[in-house]
Amino acid sequence: MTLGYVIYKLVLAVIVFAVTLLIAMYSTYAERKVAGFLQDRLGPNRAGWFGILQPVADAVKLFMKEEVIPSVSNRTLFIVAPGLSLLTACMTGVVIPWGTSITLFGTSYSLQVTDLNIGILYLFGVVSIGVYGIMIGGWASNNKYSLLGAMRASSQMISYEVAMGISIIALIMTTGTLSVGQIAAQQQGWHWNVLVQPLGCLIFIICAFAETNRAPFDLPECEQELVGGYHTEYSSMKMGFYLFAEYINMFVSSAVISTFYFGGYNMPFVGRFIHDGNLLAILGVVFLFAKIFFGIFFFMWVRWTIPRFRYDQLMNLGWKTLIPLSILNLVLTGAWMMRHEILSVFIK
Amino acid sequence: MVTTYLFYFLSFLAIMFGLMVVLSKNPIHSVLYLVLCFFTIAGHYVLLNAQFLAVVHVIVYSGAIMVLFLFVIMLLNLNKETEPHKSIWLKGSAAIAAGSLLLVMVGSLKGATTIQSTNAFNPNIGLIENLGTTLFKDFLLPFEVSSILLLAAMVGAVMLGKKSIK
Amino acid sequence: MQPLTKRSKVVVNKEMSLYERIYLPAIFSGMMITFSHFFKKKPTIQYPEQTREFSAVYRGQHVLKRDDNGAERCTACGLCAVACPAEAITMTAAERKPGEEKLYREEKYAAVYEINMLRCIFCGDCEDACPKEAIFLTDRKVNSELNRKSFVYGKNILVEGVEKDKRVDVSKRQTPGVLEFKKHKQFEHNR
Repeated sequence: MTLGYVIYKLVLAVIVFAVTLLIAMYSTYAERKVAGFLQDRLGPNRAGWFGILQPVADAVKLFMKEEVIPSVSNRTLFIVAPGLSLLTACMTGVVIPWGTSITLFGTSYSLQVTDLNIGILYLFGVVSIGVYGIMIGGWASNNKYSLLGAMRASSQMISYEVAMGISIIALIMTTGTLSVGQIAAQQQGWHWNVLVQPLGCLIFIICAFAETNRAPFDLPECEQELVGGYHTEYSSMKMGFYLFAEYINMFVSSAVISTFYFGGYNMPFVGRFIHDGNLLAILGVVFLFAKIFFGIFFFMWVRWTIPRFRYDQLMNLGWKTLIPLSILNLVLTGAWMMRHEILSVFIK
Repeated sequence: MVTTYLFYFLSFLAIMFGLMVVLSKNPIHSVLYLVLCFFTIAGHYVLLNAQFLAVVHVIVYSGAIMVLFLFVIMLLNLNKETEPHKSIWLKGSAAIAAGSLLLVMVGSLKGATTIQSTNAFNPNIGLIENLGTTLFKDFLLPFEVSSILLLAAMVGAVMLGKKSIK
Repeated sequence: MQPLTKRSKVVVNKEMSLYERIYLPAIFSGMMITFSHFFKKKPTIQYPEQTREFSAVYRGQHVLKRDDNGAERCTACGLCAVACPAEAITMTAAERKPGEEKLYREEKYAAVYEINMLRCIFCGDCEDACPKEAIFLTDRKVNSELNRKSFVYGKNILVEGVEKDKRVDVSKRQTPGVLEFKKHKQFEHNR
């Protein structure tokens, strides 16, 4: 582990962090713009050219707002919770392969911060920790609406984690690895996992919607019933943190879905025409980001189309539909992988 | 060298958080300290080159079980006002019971000798491939039995959760 | 029972078919509908730069007209206040003194004439009721104000200026047809 290696990893981590924050920032703008266009409106267009400075204006507004901490709340936890939420949202970016590797001055630099041999489980672990930010925030506010919102959010996340995990297991069975880097590398050309695991992909996407608390699974923050969900008592930049964490989660889940099921940085036919490694790596990053941006657009598109679930419908979908479906997917995958052995039993 | 320091650091944190679990007045704080304690233990797993165990530990204990604990405690809304008054007899008997447990543990540790493992320690045992083969080849029966135990627990929970049994 | 309209539908609570229970086709078609709106022309009017086109007979803020010599036409007869369904108009009459012939056309005039713009519903009945062609609604909008009191418009706002360029054009609302109509006293509201 030389100093150069450490510096390169640090630089890469900082870039990933900065890009995550930038994209999350502009996702807020994109969300309002997409919502506007889908509803025959124009969306924000006053701050800067086409409203491009709107996120900056929003951030300034949030920073300038009065910060209210309820006197009966648990002060330390109240302050820690939004930070925890944002932290867990930012932690996932490190295992995602943003591209192959770039060769500079004879050294190959991988565009993945770290290729853990248990990358998928790491992602999963971070997601499961993400519940704490919401739960602690809801409880520390000392408000029944916040607490109910937090309860809803966490029980929803726990329920959908199960189906998500089982759909991932089927994916792991076909890819044979837990490393995110290898999964991306396996999907060269047309070997995208969505073609192998269409049902698993669908379940994973639905669960990703539920995990990010996005519509139609945005019950934790449904305004009509729970005032504002777990962030009822939050104001100023602390609430900004919660909202920001949601957008970061959306970006990261789009990245994860693209990497797991839609080929990651791979694009069919490109390898045939371009043979320069560095150019190919840069193109890979571009392709991955194109997929991610489409994913983010898809998240928004769904949000402004489909109405919210009722709570019992949410639980029914999670436990009675998605989990049996994902188990079916798991069994089918296993049967397909062992088809020669099974057939040989019958032929004998 | 770094791993040694990390070990001591993590052990210190684990013991400190463990003590905080016992000593903090607020049950929610206790649960949160327990979660932190689990994280330090996951760190120990990583030091042992068992990343899989570490991550599964975080997912299962911190991510699932402790969240449910937190759930229950938050809904019960335990605080100082609702805490039942404990009599001096109860406190005294608790102290005696815990003290005798401590005595037993100290006594048994005093007479203990380090056991030499018959198998040579494989540093890669914690990696997922090795763990998988070990679980599904050498320890298949215990593995399956534990899954049946979990199934039985699940069925029991469903039975308890049902309003009326016909 | 006779259906009230032709468009009424009989609601049937029937079991959903498997195709419907998958929900995905319905979700997909819904998403296609929203996506088609993405490219539709937006009806938004960018207000300060663009303004909505007004109808020729738009009824906005009132004006109290002067005659050609610059004297106020209003005689404080109170017919507009009586006609007003929202009771927005109040006035105090005064007698014209010698030497004020240039200011007021007739012997009686309105010393105070106030319209509460928060009460006004811009129906135009005051205009119809006026026998002296003194009050008209114009295509000007009522400005926003910071408090309720400021919405009570007095004569300083309502009466048009004496100078030629400050006169308010009401020819759109005072067409020959309207004038002809107003002459016929057999119609109830002209009495």
